[in-house]
This record gives sequence, structure tokens and C-alpha cells, in this order.
Amino acid sequence: MQLSPREDLNRRMLRARDEMDRRYAEPLDVPTLAAIAHLSASQFGRVFKEVYGETPHRYLQRRRVERAMTLLRQTDRPVTEVAWDVGFASLGTFSRTFSTVVGCSPSEFRARHAPVHVPSCFIAAWTRPRESASGTVVSEKRTGPDAG
Amino acid sequence: MTTNHITSVRIKSLPVLDQDEALDFYSTHLGFEVRDDIDLGFMRWLTIALPGGEQLLLELVGGPQHDESTAAQVRDLVTKGAMGGLFLVSDDVHATYAALRDAGVEISQEPVEQPYGVDFGVRDPFGNHIRISQPNEAPQEVIQERYDAAKA
Repeated sequence: MQLSPREDLNRRMLRARDEMDRRYAEPLDVPTLAAIAHLSASQFGRVFKEVYGETPHRYLQRRRVERAMTLLRQTDRPVTEVAWDVGFASLGTFSRTFSTVVGCSPSEFRARHAPVHVPSCFIAAWTRPRESASGTVVSEKRTGPDAG
Repeated sequence: MTTNHITSVRIKSLPVLDQDEALDFYSTHLGFEVRDDIDLGFMRWLTIALPGGEQLLLELVGGPQHDESTAAQVRDLVTKGAMGGLFLVSDDVHATYAALRDAGVEISQEPVEQPYGVDFGVRDPFGNHIRISQPNEAPQEVIQERYDAAKA
């Protein structure tokens, strides 16, 4: 198969993005993702934004919030556990991020939304927030042995 | 509603960037069989299917229906993972997952328990998303009850 340089780059970045989708609860590991894409760590963020229109951090944030929305809608797990499950280090950061991105608190979201019955990949694709209400990105750094 | 006599879906087109590579992937790893492989001169009409299933047309991106720029855009979207998707059913999803993983197929998501069954994701060589599930055969009402029970 002959891929143009651009298409080859797309495929490598898609592999890295799939890895982010799989490991969304873990800290953003740019060196590993860059290695998957056969790029340097310093190149990765810029190229990811060129291909997907947002930074890796931003993408991961939306992925985590989307997963949190699913867990809030479809389980009765406490909000704190949901926050941990999707990779946030603290309830405060999770609540602030969720409210910024979704426009309401996690508890309010849970009260307003019933479970849905469609394949999970559609839920993931169609419920992932596009951008925060304010357009800002809430910083989230999680490290340590309890990460993931 | 419009009165019609439509009874089923017969062929679904799947955009691929190399028909030989597509045929190898879908037959070797996913069990598809060739239905038609005809050189029409202007195109290779290549359809595959699972036994008893609807046909997939492995349609090469870049035919004359697209100008060069549009074809490049479609190829760009396919390789970014932005195009369509295929949903397959397995009667042993964990065995399917293990076999595909061991064969080196690109796994986009490991098997996950869902209220409707278990499913996982793979990519074809071009970036198309394929979801493989083992439904638990529960009727919709039972699935809804499970969601409700989890939420109660």
C-alpha cells in the first residue's frame, strides 16, 4: 500500500490517539505516545494538533469527561469514584473541569440524564464534549503510584 | 410514509486504499469470503461477505467519481480514523480478541463489558474502525432493567 507522507503520519497519529482512548485514566505519557507515532516528544503535541485540531491534553480531557458522563449516566458509583475511574486526581479538579466543559456539575448531570441503549463507541463519539463553555482548558496533572 | 418494496440492505461500500491488502486483511483475520471479484475495466468490483451476511464492497478511494483533491481529502479522513465503521458479531468475543491480538491486528480497544454484551475495537490497515461484539441476547427491556438497576 502506498501512503503519502501525510497519510502515513495520519495513521501513526491515529495509533497514538487510540492509545490515549485506551489509557484515558492514566497520566498523559507524551514520550510513549510520541514513540507510537514515531515522532519526538517535542514534535508530538504540535503534530497532533495539526492532525486533530486540538492538543493531546485537550483530547484526553474530553475523553475523560465523556467517560465520566457515561459512568454518571449508567451507574450509581459515587462521583468521587467516577472522578478516580476516569483519571482525575481529586474530586475538586474533576468537578471544576466537568462543570467547565459540560456546563453543570456531575451530580446535576446525573440527575438529568437517563441511561442510553446504543453501542458504547457511538456514545463515546457523540457525547464527547466539543469544547468547554469558556473555551479554557483546565489543567490536570496526575502522578504517583495510584495513577491509572 | 412512502410506499415501497425495499426488503433489505444488499451492499455496503467500505473505503479502502488498497484492494489486495483489504482483501487479505478481511479474509485472513475476520473470515470474510469473496462474493464478486470482477475486472470491469473502469474498476475492480470486489465484494466480500461473512457466510449469510450482507456484502461489503471494498471500494478503492480515488476513482474518477472524485477529483484528485477530493480523493486526497477522503484518504486523509480514512487514515485519520474519521470515516464510518463496521460492526461485527462474534459467538466468542474473547477468543476472537485473543486471535486478532496474537495475529498483530491493530487493537483500538480491549474487550469491555457492556449492558448489551461484550465488545472490543480494531482498525483495518487503512484506519477504518471495526467493532466486534458478543451480544448477550437480552431483549431491550431486560437491558433497560440492567441500566436501571445499576442506577438505582
